[in-house]
Amino acid sequence: MTDFPLLSLLTFLPLFGVAFLLGIRGDQDVVERNARYVALYTSFFTFALSVYMLMRFNPYDDGFQFVERYEWLPSLNIVYQLGIDGISLFFILLSTFLTMTCILMSWQSVKTRVREYMVAFLILESFMLGTFCALDAVLFYVFFEGVLIPMFLIIGIWGGARRVYASYKFFLYTLLGSVLMLLALIVLYFQNGTSDLLTLLENPVSPSLQFWLWLAFFASFAVKMPMWPVHTWLPDAHVEAPTGGSVILAGVLLKMGGYGFLRFSLPMFPDASTFFMPLVMSLSVVAIIYTSLVALVQDDMKKMIAYSSVAHMGFVTLGIFSATAQGIQGGIFQMLSHGLISAALFLIVGVLYDRLHSREIAKYGGLVKNMPKYATLFMIFMLGSVGLPGTSGFVGEFLSLLGTFTAAPVFAVLGASGIVLGAAYMLWLYRRVVFGTPNTEEAAGLKDVNWREMTVLVPLAGLVLFLGIFPNAVLSRTEPSVQRVISQYQNGLERYAGPKDPLSRGHDETGHGKTRVEEGAPE
Amino acid sequence: MLMDILPVFLPLIGFLVAFLFGRQLGDKGAQFITCALMLAAAGLSCWLMSDIFFSGNARQIHLGSWIRVEPLNIDWALRLDQLSVVMIWVVNVISACVHIYSVGYMSHDPHKARFMAYLSLFTFAMLMLVSADNLVQLFFGWEGVGLASYLLIGFWTHKDTANAAAVKAFVVNRIGDFGLTLAILLCFVVFGSVSFSTIFELAPDKAAQTFLFFGYEVHALTVIALLLFMGAIGKSAQLGLHTWLPDAMEGPTPVSALIHAATMVTAGVFLVARFSPVFEYAPAALEVVCILGALTAVVAATIGLTQFDIKRVIAYSTMSQLGYMFFALGVSAYGAAMFHLVTHAFFKALLFLGAGSVIHALSDEQDMRKMGGVWRAIPLTYAFMWIGSLALAGIPLFSGYYSKDMILEAAFADHSAFGAFAYWAGIAAAFMTAFYSWRLILMTFHGTPRADEKVMAHLHESPMIMHIPLAVLACGAVAAGALLYAPFVGGHGHMLWGESLLVLPGNDTIEAAHHVPHWVKYLPTGIALAGILLAVLFYTGKRRAPEIVSDLLGPLYTFVYRKYYFDELYRKIFVRGAERLGRAFYLKGDKATIDGAGPDGTAEISRRIGAAFSRFQSGFVYHYAFIMMIGLLGLLSWILYGMVS
Repeated sequence: MTDFPLLSLLTFLPLFGVAFLLGIRGDQDVVERNARYVALYTSFFTFALSVYMLMRFNPYDDGFQFVERYEWLPSLNIVYQLGIDGISLFFILLSTFLTMTCILMSWQSVKTRVREYMVAFLILESFMLGTFCALDAVLFYVFFEGVLIPMFLIIGIWGGARRVYASYKFFLYTLLGSVLMLLALIVLYFQNGTSDLLTLLENPVSPSLQFWLWLAFFASFAVKMPMWPVHTWLPDAHVEAPTGGSVILAGVLLKMGGYGFLRFSLPMFPDASTFFMPLVMSLSVVAIIYTSLVALVQDDMKKMIAYSSVAHMGFVTLGIFSATAQGIQGGIFQMLSHGLISAALFLIVGVLYDRLHSREIAKYGGLVKNMPKYATLFMIFMLGSVGLPGTSGFVGEFLSLLGTFTAAPVFAVLGASGIVLGAAYMLWLYRRVVFGTPNTEEAAGLKDVNWREMTVLVPLAGLVLFLGIFPNAVLSRTEPSVQRVISQYQNGLERYAGPKDPLSRGHDETGHGKTRVEEGAPE
Repeated sequence: MLMDILPVFLPLIGFLVAFLFGRQLGDKGAQFITCALMLAAAGLSCWLMSDIFFSGNARQIHLGSWIRVEPLNIDWALRLDQLSVVMIWVVNVISACVHIYSVGYMSHDPHKARFMAYLSLFTFAMLMLVSADNLVQLFFGWEGVGLASYLLIGFWTHKDTANAAAVKAFVVNRIGDFGLTLAILLCFVVFGSVSFSTIFELAPDKAAQTFLFFGYEVHALTVIALLLFMGAIGKSAQLGLHTWLPDAMEGPTPVSALIHAATMVTAGVFLVARFSPVFEYAPAALEVVCILGALTAVVAATIGLTQFDIKRVIAYSTMSQLGYMFFALGVSAYGAAMFHLVTHAFFKALLFLGAGSVIHALSDEQDMRKMGGVWRAIPLTYAFMWIGSLALAGIPLFSGYYSKDMILEAAFADHSAFGAFAYWAGIAAAFMTAFYSWRLILMTFHGTPRADEKVMAHLHESPMIMHIPLAVLACGAVAAGALLYAPFVGGHGHMLWGESLLVLPGNDTIEAAHHVPHWVKYLPTGIALAGILLAVLFYTGKRRAPEIVSDLLGPLYTFVYRKYYFDELYRKIFVRGAERLGRAFYLKGDKATIDGAGPDGTAEISRRIGAAFSRFQSGFVYHYAFIMMIGLLGLLSWILYGMVS
């Protein structure tokens, strides 16, 4: 079966759907109805294929699987190479699952240019899958940046009142980072004569060059995460984006930053990663505390959840840069968990928005009376966001903090304060929206979730609980790849560990770096 | 094996059935199923109690792996030893009583199935907490009971005060959880594991270990112990993080009895007792526990003297009694703390449910100033309240007498400044306890009726289904002390704790407590009788003593009546502070600075540059000609300058 191009099929299957969509003819109603079904079927088959991939995945193999390699630009030594490991595996599943979810959720809420909306979504899916499958730096870059275009359009065309401002802000921020990343990729290419990611991973560059390349990659990934202080595009983008756009943005796009850190920064630039660890960790704890406090004072539901995303991503960067098995596993798990929870929370807000066309917290209240199912589902996601044990949110936060604590206790202590603040803003949001008495007449008469919304939200809730109780289902499959990344990281450190090394103070005599952190208070 | 698991998991089944299928089953069905399962769990835990506690067959049951990232390995497992089985027994028995009582108490509520489901959920989480075999599973239960408490305090979702109290309870507890989380992390670093057996085994070896934090050398086990205690402070409402407990009384009364008196709030006591193998090697932490416990006992008792809400009086009494348990832990009298935990669970649940019965009878009135003169109408409730109060005040032969005296004697026998402080604080609190208990009885049941006629006309004794559980609890409140005295605190050769509690040889205060002077033993009883006598003098007949005294004390009275202004202080500093900080970060940080310097600023600058350049594009030929001339001149002079030099 190794010859079967599973990953190419997966990546480009959505584009088949796009071709179908563009071929639909007829009056507007027919086009719209058919477009919805074509998009749904396409995303369903893509999801089914990714589940098949999960079943075929060998959890004991620490290398890349389903690898496909074709000559692409032979004169330049650039290849078309796809392959996945335990780290990318679940991001692919997350992407296919959430795309399907979004298409179902946009069934009625998108009323204009339905076909184009579906086209944008399927292209977006294809690019996301390509990003997680690519094993060639140029190919990765193409997909990674390609994602921007459909997302830009989704926000800019189907967004809210300030959609143009938000979409440009989103585009400019991300572009700024990606230009630098492109430069770094060119440098890497000339260093190694190839853009093959597997080769690049085997040949770390010198520490002084690592320094610059790390910064260039960091610029791109930090914006994507987003890390403080380059996070301000996120609240605007979320607020203006249609529900489906927010779901993919929070659910998958933010994870590309973390994925990039794991795929590039940590294994390729181990010395620089060690050197910059205090910086990343400081920014992470600032993000956790700062954005949690900001979330506390928001009046707009989407904005609040957007800020909470920044805080939750802070745990991811803490975990990843602890460079410990627990931390990285925690980071990955937190990304997956946040992908489910924040996506679900945006859907939850979307349910209300569809009914009342307002995201303002003060407009609601007392929903539990007429919407008991809604209240229960919201409760599960709220608790997941708060990180209650038994939900997926806990496992990610706990492992990240544990990894951080073994590497740099001070940052873990500061980061742990997020568990208090996170509870404060989420519970307060829930109280104001769901409990109490309705603040407006419209809010008093809302209908509970319908069957279509249930089909979307119940599986998400199930997954949040399932992963909270049986996290090993994920952890055992990511473990070999995480161990590989850690050994690549540590081998890289040892390779250049010498007294002449200008960056040696970051990881001095131990050669492990992670035990030697200058314990300065961040900020 | 199944028999061991069922007492823990039956309530979970009850929760799932009642929660998911409540509508299909109907109220009666949900009530029947949850109650039946709880009764079965209570019965089985009696068997566990005899098998494990009295016969000493401690065991562990492995259920599966939870979180595994080598070398971290967290299992789902039950640690059934003497300590946990006592807790399982108490939790299940009290919970069964409360379940049955709730059938009557909530008979007018539209959401009966949901209420029963939450009660069962709480019970399951509490059982997970006490039977955990590692810190993370304990944390699972710990947060689970927090969730259940949140759901049940805010059960009447339309009540704004209840919602506020629910959120407050959860968030304040999370501050304690912050400490507990750090304790877990630190345990993993120090012991390489979060499992109890490993931690307790290695603790003696790590007794001297220190680590550097911010340049200070700190003792690892002391830090772990203090962080664990921080969690306990939150959950058990000790001074500092106690403000949520009185507010939690907004929830339905059965909830107050089960969660906020008998079981959940004692989780902190259990936690410290469970970690006795660590606390024993951290004497400084024990001293902190002792002092804070003693302070809480006194402060809470003083507030209890002044409150008028019947439930709040009992809530402050709970807080005060928890203080007793903590200072017992602080002098290494773990057995005594557990003893008081058990007796207190019975008599305090009895008092709360009795109070609930009063509230039920008086059409949901909770203010004692609007009660009085009702004892003839509700004689059974009146009798139960007497039993509960006698036990609480520590009157001989009632259960509180045995456990409270044991704690005070152990504190005295510690022969340290901390022990002495705790002893005298405990004596003072015992006096106040007796006083406010009889103040409560006299104000509620005696004197002239102060409720309005409508309420008095509607006055009725509670149904039988509420009295049966009260009777069971009353039996416990009377007999638990005498029956459990020897196995819990009987000194060497009598105690049955086995290896579940560790007391280092020099710290055995329970043994020493059997040899204290006579006056130490008699003083608590004497002081309690004095407290009752004073209450009778104050609150019978038409005397105006309470008003005179409160006027006499003036500001001091107001200070205590307003609960030492903790709430106001916290609101001002933390709640307002966080809001202000958040707003500043949002407006000045995100909007003004980051966006101002970043995207918006850049956009603004490019717009200005563009605008400036567009001015050149005026469309007048002479403008262009002029510019060209200037340019040409400049170019020429540059070339000429180059040629000259």
